[in-house]
Amino acid sequence: MLAAILGLSRPPEGFHAPGTEIFDYTKTCLIGSGPYCVTRVTFWMLMSTVIIVTVFLLAVRRASIVPRGLQNAIEALVDFVRNGIVLEVIGREGLPFVPFLTTLFVFIWVNNLYGILPFINFPTTSRVAIPMLLAILVWFVFNITGIVKQGGLRYLKNTLFIPGVPKALYVLLTPIEFVTVFLVRPLTLAVRLTANMIAGHLMLTIFFVGTWYLQWKLITIPFAALSFALGTFITAFEVLVGVLQAYIFTILTAVYIAGAIHPEH
Amino acid sequence: MTQLLGVLAQVSGDVGAIGKGIGYGLAAIGPGIGIGFLVGKAVESMARQPEAAGMVRTTMFLGIAFVEALALFGFVLAFII
Repeated sequence: MLAAILGLSRPPEGFHAPGTEIFDYTKTCLIGSGPYCVTRVTFWMLMSTVIIVTVFLLAVRRASIVPRGLQNAIEALVDFVRNGIVLEVIGREGLPFVPFLTTLFVFIWVNNLYGILPFINFPTTSRVAIPMLLAILVWFVFNITGIVKQGGLRYLKNTLFIPGVPKALYVLLTPIEFVTVFLVRPLTLAVRLTANMIAGHLMLTIFFVGTWYLQWKLITIPFAALSFALGTFITAFEVLVGVLQAYIFTILTAVYIAGAIHPEH
Repeated sequence: MTQLLGVLAQVSGDVGAIGKGIGYGLAAIGPGIGIGFLVGKAVESMARQPEAAGMVRTTMFLGIAFVEALALFGFVLAFII
């Protein structure tokens, strides 16, 4: 109704529920073409690094001993990763990983938040390439940490042959451990983040497309209002999901690094 | 005959969509029960020992992340098949 008054667009012929095609930006290249195509998703993913670097540089530009304003917020964020994740999960040996884990956390958080930012409206982490690359990075980080801290053979032995288990069980346990540690870990890391973001974006799109479709006729306007209310609620929910998924990704990374540092786990 | 085939094709197409829905629903049952138990127990232990709440919460999120992965595999599979 409102859009009809404003003349925004013509009423639709029939309702087409949005599906997975709303995640496909490959046909609209901003720069380049083929495999070197920079789509809207790639652009905002790259922009997220610019945003993060700018905010962090602004925060430490005039660093003072008593932090205030932006510096305070960023210090609270780093403190959260340091105390809440690294010290709690890894311990003091994990302190060199604080910059890595903070970067991971902030990057995923910003890319998740894109899903609810007006005019961007697309969580770039819902394209599997970005979480998968992060998961592969994490895979290399915890394996290299294990090899450096324990030595290659001992790391493999400690990971695959869990101490304190009857010898006969190794026939069963070692293949399971191998698949879990080296294959399932990166896969679940990537799939968890992607699927959560896809689900959230699909829900948002469905409710707001529903709102737009239902507001054309006077009789369906109450339903449009309901749909809009639920869409707004899910927007708030997505704020929570975005930070929670970034937190879970970071804390799982910390757990894997802890497992590589302390062999007895 | 061709009419019948057309109807059959339509039915099988619909069954595919229904099957995806049922498949995802089945995949969500186990993790749903699991997360229910997990959070319930975590709340119980936080109420018993409020000073350990931070540690319990961290472990709870870890557990949820592991359990939730199964449901999300079902969700992704519904799009793949």
